[in-house]
Amino acid sequence: MLTYTADEMMTVTAARSLRDGMTCFVGIGLPSEAANLARTTHAPNLVLIYESGTIGSKPGQVPLSIGDGILAETADSVVSVPEIFNYWLQPGRIDIGFLGAAQLDRYGNINTTVIGPSYDKPAVRLPGAGGAPEIAGACQEVAVVLRQSRRTFAERLDFVTSVGYGDGPGARSQLGLAGGGPRLVITDLGVLRPDQQTFELMLTGIYAGVSVAQVRDSTGWELKVSPELIEIPAPTEAELVALRRLAASRSQAARLSPASTVLAASTAPRASPAAAVTE
Amino acid sequence: MAQIVTLAEAISAAISDGDTVAMEGFTHLIPHAAGHEVIRQRRRDLTLIRMTPDIIYDQLIGAGCARKLIFSWAGNPGVGSLHRFRDAVQNSWPRPLELEEHSHAGMANRFAAGASGLPFGVLRGYRGTSLPAHTTGVADIVCPFTGETLTAVSALRPDVAVIHAQRADKQGNVQYWGISGVQKEAVLASSRSVVTVEEIVDSLDPRPGAVVLPWWAVGYVAVVPGGAHPSYALGYSVRDNDFYLAWDAISRDRQRFADWLDEHVFGRFVQVGQLAGEC
Repeated sequence: MLTYTADEMMTVTAARSLRDGMTCFVGIGLPSEAANLARTTHAPNLVLIYESGTIGSKPGQVPLSIGDGILAETADSVVSVPEIFNYWLQPGRIDIGFLGAAQLDRYGNINTTVIGPSYDKPAVRLPGAGGAPEIAGACQEVAVVLRQSRRTFAERLDFVTSVGYGDGPGARSQLGLAGGGPRLVITDLGVLRPDQQTFELMLTGIYAGVSVAQVRDSTGWELKVSPELIEIPAPTEAELVALRRLAASRSQAARLSPASTVLAASTAPRASPAAAVTE
Repeated sequence: MAQIVTLAEAISAAISDGDTVAMEGFTHLIPHAAGHEVIRQRRRDLTLIRMTPDIIYDQLIGAGCARKLIFSWAGNPGVGSLHRFRDAVQNSWPRPLELEEHSHAGMANRFAAGASGLPFGVLRGYRGTSLPAHTTGVADIVCPFTGETLTAVSALRPDVAVIHAQRADKQGNVQYWGISGVQKEAVLASSRSVVTVEEIVDSLDPRPGAVVLPWWAVGYVAVVPGGAHPSYALGYSVRDNDFYLAWDAISRDRQRFADWLDEHVFGRFVQVGQLAGEC
């Protein structure tokens, strides 16, 4: 029997949501890992687009940043930052935006800016918006990848950095947001999709060994559960092999570093909520 | 009009206390050596502009050079938080830091408006987010042709732009390629500019996708090989991802940061002076 971690399950599930031939605007961190996994497994023609202006990057390993040299060297086209946002993202040319988040609410709105109590005196200052607001606004659809807890799945956001479904039905069109909004949220416990009428996120898929009660306990609001809740199939051996090969390629550089640097690489993303955001 | 000088001369001539300074380079070609020179020359009360403040502004903020930061994403890409930035925002150390934050698309359009000689740029963005309530330079605007409500963002017009490029020729024509970010807009939007380059050549031969800034559109040009480190110059160096990972621990602690600055920024003074003096 295969063993795997909750994070591996999350990344594999996120990768499966990307179809071959799609154009995908990729955030850094978990979304980038999942998008690269999809491209090296079932979606070889997935077009990876990074906000640094690289279009059609084929990195072969997960880049640390959204501007690593390998993204430019393997791209079909490299354009300036004003061009990537104005010509390529804004008109709705891109099928899916793949984002991370520090906090998310029931309508898929995202906070990557500050955690309470106020903007001027935040308890935690996060990196901020980056490309996320316009990615969330303009892509045909959006998928969000983040670990699920009462802290990350919040009843009320301290700051709305990027809009999902706003305050519910009609909000996106009222705001002039042309894209379809968050169609999928992938966590380390399962998958949520918006209710077609209310646009409130509901649990539609759950991983083996995770209970609905556990997901509810990890959600800061009263979570709705789909009557057609499914169990999401475990990773296949091929998916796990590909994912671990990608993870190994990412840490290749770190292996040459002093032990303290390697430690920082493995602990930093968990230690800081900022690591969960888009870039 | 381009003047080829040493780095110390360029910073001394171009940047004064209280100036508004944009050091650009989107992950690639970040002018780190120039940032270190600003720290060495102990500039104060700067308004720093940069889409992705990155390690370079973590250092300038921690060294006490900045009064205000205008930005769109303040993180260590792929690693986590900028700890000197967070310490300044959360604890006012070493001094309070005023923030003006935007999205990437907004900042890109603000630079483009500045380069175009326009008072503002227009985009679809910001609507429905908490950003307009907490920042300046954002307003709704109605399209005079369609009646659609769009977002106006005020132009950026820095006193000084600072960038790093692969090469210049002896006349001061500047050439860079790879991820080109928003540097062209930053230079054209600014009153003055400083360009550090990997090398000065007799004449520039064409490179695929290269941007050339003609000699009469740039200010000071200084040769600083490796001047982007730990960022990189495509064709000359690779991104030092180990350093970005290591920065997390160095920057977490005030004393460790101060020691690092003493050793690597103030301690390098003689070496950098010699390097620049050779050309």
